[in-house]
Amino acid sequence: MKRVGIPRGLYYYKYSALWETFFKSLGADVILSENTNKKVLTNGSNACVSEACIPVKAYFGHVLELVGKVDFIFMPRFTSVAKKQYICPEVCGVSDMVRNSVRGLPKIIDPEINLRESVKNSWRAALYTGEFITGDRRRISKAYKEAVTQYRNKRQALKFADTEFGKSLGINGSAARKADDSAAKLTIAIIGHSYTVYDTFLNMELIKKLNKFGADVLTLDMLDYIVSKDRCRELDKQFFWDYGTRAYGGAIQLIQKGRVDGILALTSFGCGVDSFVDELVEDKIRCESDIPFMKLVLDEHSAEAGFLTRLEAFIDMIVRRRQNDIYISTSGKHVYNC
Amino acid sequence: MIFTFPHLGNTYIIAKSFLDDFGAEYVVPPFNSDRTLEIGLKYCAEAHCIPFKLFVGNMVQAHEMGADTMLITGGCGPCRLGYFGEMLKKQARDIGINMELITLEVPDQGLKELASRIRKVSGTSNVLNIARVINAAKNIAVKLDNLEQLAREKRAVQSVKGSVDKIYGGFQKDILNIKGSANMERFIKETEDRLKQINVNTDAKPLRVGIVGEIFTTIEPYANFRVEKMLGEMGVLVDRPVTVSGWIIDEMIKKRLPLLKDKKHEEAAAEYLPRMIGGHAQYTVGNSVLNAISGYDGVIHLYPLGCMPEIVSQAILPKIEEDYGIPIMTVIRDEMTGEAGFATRVEAFIDLLKKRRDEHLNEQSKMLYGN
Repeated sequence: MKRVGIPRGLYYYKYSALWETFFKSLGADVILSENTNKKVLTNGSNACVSEACIPVKAYFGHVLELVGKVDFIFMPRFTSVAKKQYICPEVCGVSDMVRNSVRGLPKIIDPEINLRESVKNSWRAALYTGEFITGDRRRISKAYKEAVTQYRNKRQALKFADTEFGKSLGINGSAARKADDSAAKLTIAIIGHSYTVYDTFLNMELIKKLNKFGADVLTLDMLDYIVSKDRCRELDKQFFWDYGTRAYGGAIQLIQKGRVDGILALTSFGCGVDSFVDELVEDKIRCESDIPFMKLVLDEHSAEAGFLTRLEAFIDMIVRRRQNDIYISTSGKHVYNC
Repeated sequence: MIFTFPHLGNTYIIAKSFLDDFGAEYVVPPFNSDRTLEIGLKYCAEAHCIPFKLFVGNMVQAHEMGADTMLITGGCGPCRLGYFGEMLKKQARDIGINMELITLEVPDQGLKELASRIRKVSGTSNVLNIARVINAAKNIAVKLDNLEQLAREKRAVQSVKGSVDKIYGGFQKDILNIKGSANMERFIKETEDRLKQINVNTDAKPLRVGIVGEIFTTIEPYANFRVEKMLGEMGVLVDRPVTVSGWIIDEMIKKRLPLLKDKKHEEAAAEYLPRMIGGHAQYTVGNSVLNAISGYDGVIHLYPLGCMPEIVSQAILPKIEEDYGIPIMTVIRDEMTGEAGFATRVEAFIDLLKKRRDEHLNEQSKMLYGN
């Protein structure tokens, strides 16, 4: 049996169901790198250029973790994951970064995933990938269909966060639905890339921490993408980053629903996409709503105590505001009212 | 409408020719300086890249001089540059200045929208006239890049230090007083002739160094501490393959005609970075390989802090260094970079290259330092 290694980083957090199901139904042995931990991150940072962002460094660590244990490493070259959209250039080029800076890599399966022009490219990528494992086209086609169904189901389920996956992340219950009625519990929305929001080591178990404070968590995956895309039409020029559309449209949805108690923007240091997107999102939230907003920046030097203190202060502020029902200013609110 | 535009090396001359020929009113913002950067820093978030901060600085300084419309170029690639237009609009709103932004690119709405944007500048719908002006501006761009190349070549071998920059620096100032593309072309020709007559040291065999990296940092002298002049005065022949005219021709005019595009760098980069990831990463990788093949002594890689595509190429360059045995140095620029520190690194790099060449001349093997 052929052993296929999948690094548990970057877009794994979005496409895990798709990839795992695909390889398993082709009859390959799927080996995942372990969850991100200190060793993975340290090894990754040592192998990677220091300017890269922390998720990319962690990805390097995950690849190193797999070296010697597998026959193939699955490292797709992403260019685009949605029509007319791109993704971050660094993630686009990460497989080339790894290929050119890590020695002794096993064979790499690197299909090009470019859905910018046509969604059919996804099947082409699957065919290319499948041919590494088997020569039987019909089998690949079957595995592909199965994988896509699995992936869709998981994504759909994630919207309501009732899945095992959701639970394993600590997203308990259905925050998205609760956001529609005024539940007594707090609901905090997290705006961030899937690979920072769901990687519990990188974000220092942010979701669990929020749960401990008694808050439900809502992520961008629980909001409808089509609606987000529609809301983005108010911009003069549409974002060409998939994440930008999700985050900006998501923020507008949150404002319109008006049922979240706070919004956290989670970003990694040096993230170029976020430097533009988050600024527009912050502007939108501060100008058009009174929802408290805080930006958290992650890098490999982030200390947990400082992180926790900021989080506690944020939650305390929200709780007091709610209990006393008096106006407590969010940062900067007194100074300007748009 | 009083137009303005951000600075990028000699592009102000091209923009000037473009606007002169249309008879539009415009101001050229002051050349980039510490003050420009300070203004940018004041209004921008820290995570934005240096080019954006300088663009904001240019915008504010031009507004002080009376401009109300800014022309910029854009794109729809994954690099941040494509969204500069929108962000500058937001920045202008936040600062509280009145500035309309016109992005010269093919937008989502198609060519019609681009035509209407150009009409705002030209004031005429005569297609022939517009095409003629654009062509003239393109010719100016090509001639300017040839002039720059000549200046680089002469600078490396000039017998009296500074004689090139006396002429070339004067040219950059004096051209501001010349109107119209025809007159400008004549002036460029005159300068070229003057540069050709400079006394040179014909025995000199200058080191050859390629400059690769992010387009703004490599082209804008303020952003790279005039590295070309610095190297030229050390007697180094500099080559910078990414040029403004190349960018205008490849990215703006031939964008929809992929067959006619210059693909040399893509072929050279194929082994390392086989597809476009935005920005100039493929140029950086491809041109480093091309430089190595044509026997350059070294390559300097420049980019502003946080530039996503260049981070990818930085990770790839060590492999090229090893495969081709060519020394490559990466220098990252941000607002905290000091000129003296930068100069020291460049000098040290050049010293190594000199030593390496001497060893080679003495029939020793060329080795890579640090390996």
